Amino acid sequence: MIGWIEKLGHAGLLFCEHVGVSGLFLLRTILRKPRVIRLFPLVVEQVYSVGVLSFVIVALSGLFIGMVLALQGYNILERFGSVEQLGQLVALSVVRELGPVIGGLLFAGRAGSSLTAEIGLMQATEQLASMEMMAVDPLWRIIAPRFWAGVISMPVLIAIFCVVAVFGSYLVGVEWLGVDAGQFWSNMQASVNFRIDIVNGIIKGFVFGIVITWIAVYQGYYAIPTAAGIGRATTKTVVYGSLVVLGLDFILTSFMLGGW
Amino acid sequence: MLNKRIIELLVGLFILVGIIAMFVLAFKVSGLSMYSGGGSFHVAAVFDNIGDLKVRAPVTIAGVRVGEVDSIAIDNSTFKAEVGMYIDKKQDKLPADTTAKILTAGLIGANYIELIPGYNESNLKEGALIIDTQPAIVLENLVGQLIYKLSGEKK
Amino acid sequence: MTDNFVEIIGLHFARNDHWVLNDVNLRIPRGKIVAIMGPSGSGKTTLLRLISAQLRPEIGKVLVNGVDVNSLARSDLYKMRSLMGMLFQSSGLFTGLSVFENVAFPLREHTKLSEDIIRNVVLMQLEAVGLRGARDLMPSELSGGMAHRVALARALVLNPQLMMYDEPFTGQDPITMGVLVKLIKHLNEVLELTSIIVSHDVAETMSIADYIYVIADSRIIGEGTPEQIANDKSPLVNQFIHGLADGPVPFHYPANKYREDLKL
Repeated sequence: MIGWIEKLGHAGLLFCEHVGVSGLFLLRTILRKPRVIRLFPLVVEQVYSVGVLSFVIVALSGLFIGMVLALQGYNILERFGSVEQLGQLVALSVVRELGPVIGGLLFAGRAGSSLTAEIGLMQATEQLASMEMMAVDPLWRIIAPRFWAGVISMPVLIAIFCVVAVFGSYLVGVEWLGVDAGQFWSNMQASVNFRIDIVNGIIKGFVFGIVITWIAVYQGYYAIPTAAGIGRATTKTVVYGSLVVLGLDFILTSFMLGGW
Repeated sequence: MLNKRIIELLVGLFILVGIIAMFVLAFKVSGLSMYSGGGSFHVAAVFDNIGDLKVRAPVTIAGVRVGEVDSIAIDNSTFKAEVGMYIDKKQDKLPADTTAKILTAGLIGANYIELIPGYNESNLKEGALIIDTQPAIVLENLVGQLIYKLSGEKK
Repeated sequence: MTDNFVEIIGLHFARNDHWVLNDVNLRIPRGKIVAIMGPSGSGKTTLLRLISAQLRPEIGKVLVNGVDVNSLARSDLYKMRSLMGMLFQSSGLFTGLSVFENVAFPLREHTKLSEDIIRNVVLMQLEAVGLRGARDLMPSELSGGMAHRVALARALVLNPQLMMYDEPFTGQDPITMGVLVKLIKHLNEVLELTSIIVSHDVAETMSIADYIYVIADSRIIGEGTPEQIANDKSPLVNQFIHGLADGPVPFHYPANKYREDLKL
């Protein structure tokens, strides 16, 4: 019995330690004299590998989700005779919640895991150590560009997701199921408020981007430098990243609906 | 390793698409609202009963949307509801004795405020208070009135 | 100017609650090739990391060129590190960059030399290790030995005074080993380097080392010139140098009596 409590306590303390280490790690990465001219091309390269390469999965997912929402929404709204609210239903669901959250989960899965694997592999093949030996700080050269790229890419991906989802719902709702196009758009525009819904959605995107990228680079950097260790680290990134996205989403949503 | 030029091009394209997406979201999806202080003035109206009226409900003149509700509160001395609303600056020629009514959109829709212009020469200004109002129609009262009337006729 | 480029005094280092290095004392004379040998896991690589201050000792001092490396601030530490070059066991080449770019990396990061000068310096380094023709290959296209040579060229490009080799011969074919041995010796003389080789390849190391330290069980159990070590009478050194299967390091992992296990 005591053994269990001991293990629980130990796990708790270990968790705190990890959070502390990762917090310091993040601070060391972002709090340095920004040699922007040198940093910029590195960030651009990373935005390509983190953002551009995630474009396809995000856009496709957005399309399918928009289309399914339209289908399901139509099915239910039909019973109340209010199918013209379809546009509003889809737009609010996507912009407020589905866009940031699903975008976040996809990002954690695709970009997060690839970041962790890449950095973990660099650790394992001693590339980071040799960089340190050459008196180049790997935190600045390798980790920071990837971090900023993640923070920049995420809101962009979410915006794309939302637009594609709305478009997908337009295709299904208006073109296929026959909802009136004018009502579709005007009801949507009347009910989606720029500041409350869209700006908040983008803010969520930024926050998720910061957190997911932070977890991804941390796990990669501190991964056990073996093949198994990297595999475990990648899994952790996806799992922790996803959980944190969902948890933060709840917290942010309650702030936002409470009116900030 | 891909040509550096191509990478930079794709990244630029990516960010551009993202910004365009945000613009589309702003204008096509949300119909970027103009009632955020810039082009509107603020008045208040006192109601006996606001029914189901909510913040951000539309404010209309002749059925055309000209503003939205931005606050609902109780006046602690009269115990009536004080509703604050933004009205588009273009409507600055509203007479000072304009009245306000709470109507229902459709049969079971949401409540909104309809402004009925009066005849006064001076105009409704920023910070004005509309006291001549009609409260929302509460369904229970309506049914109660109907039953009373029906039982009255029977006699 | 001290006689010894590196001095390690009374060093104790622990990892995961057990002592990896216990009261280790080493001197690396300037301009010499010193080998640190010992069984796997005896802490040899850890020693190299302690010298370059990637790790901190629990007790003891590490002096490089007379300066205690652990007392330096970050920027001074980086300056100190530019005096040292290190060749890692897995060569540590940057997989996204070509051979040329890998060798050019330290120059681009630390100097403001023009592209022409960088190009010439890189080509000279590659020529010294015999890989000038391979300059546009990617690390994934190189054999292990070639990767090591490129890493060597890269480590030397900023003219360090100390070169540390972490298991350079491990897993290489005989020809590559011969090449690396020749290069290490040659470069040490020509560039007036001080070299530390960590290895457990006895024959190769003894052929070029001026002085050898043997580490086992977290201590130095023997030191001397190659001849002295070869004739060392202490059983552990003897077993290690001559590759004997049984001795102080036993053949059998501790187990129950054989008869009992077989249930006879």
